[in-house]
Amino acid sequence: MAVVSVRIAAGPIDVAAELAAVEGSGDIGAVVSFTGLCRAEGGRLAALEIEHYPGMAEAEIGRTVAAAAARWPLAALRVVHRHGRIRPGETIVVVIAASAHRAAAFAAARFVMDYLKTRAPFWKKEHFADGTAGDWVSPKAEDDAAAAGW
Amino acid sequence: MRLLYFAWVRERIGMAEEEIALPAEVATGADLLAFLKARGENYAYALERPEVIRIAVDHAHADHAAPLGAAREVALFPPMTGG
Repeated sequence: MAVVSVRIAAGPIDVAAELAAVEGSGDIGAVVSFTGLCRAEGGRLAALEIEHYPGMAEAEIGRTVAAAAARWPLAALRVVHRHGRIRPGETIVVVIAASAHRAAAFAAARFVMDYLKTRAPFWKKEHFADGTAGDWVSPKAEDDAAAAGW
Repeated sequence: MRLLYFAWVRERIGMAEEEIALPAEVATGADLLAFLKARGENYAYALERPEVIRIAVDHAHADHAAPLGAAREVALFPPMTGG
């Protein structure tokens, strides 16, 4: 049985601490982690504001994590997603999958990210360096295609 | 029923949530969108393209055709852009 954890964070994510939380078991041979960062967009962007639906965000990521744990032999699966105002270079999301072997860990981490992008209730709004508020970020067709591929 | 709005749906309607007693003929998500669109210009603007609006019933994604049933909380929002 995989040890699963889903957390929505209002403050900075400590990736090393999240990794340390899943490592250390003798049965884990592979740990794959994905870190999503806020891009500077060539210096244009001052911050991203991430809105979320409290309650459903945890529930939806929880369903995705449960589906991954049912599909691959995982020792641990851990997701942390931030909300609020995030500056370029800061971490938005971390997905960590641990398994006895690498294939399951790679697949599960990618599956969780692909599903999270299109199904977890988060929305990004851009704030520009010149002080203007940008628009809400549009969804990408390739994200839908990636999720549909599973 | 408690209705929640997020991102540009929230901005265009002008509020984050409200409590509404729905008429009996509002049975599905699609019915709800049509009902709300007729409530005012702000709703009509937010929901002008109902096909892009996502619906969640009690914290789970739902098709527009799905019955709302005895839902306590229904949320309307644009396609998600997390991660």
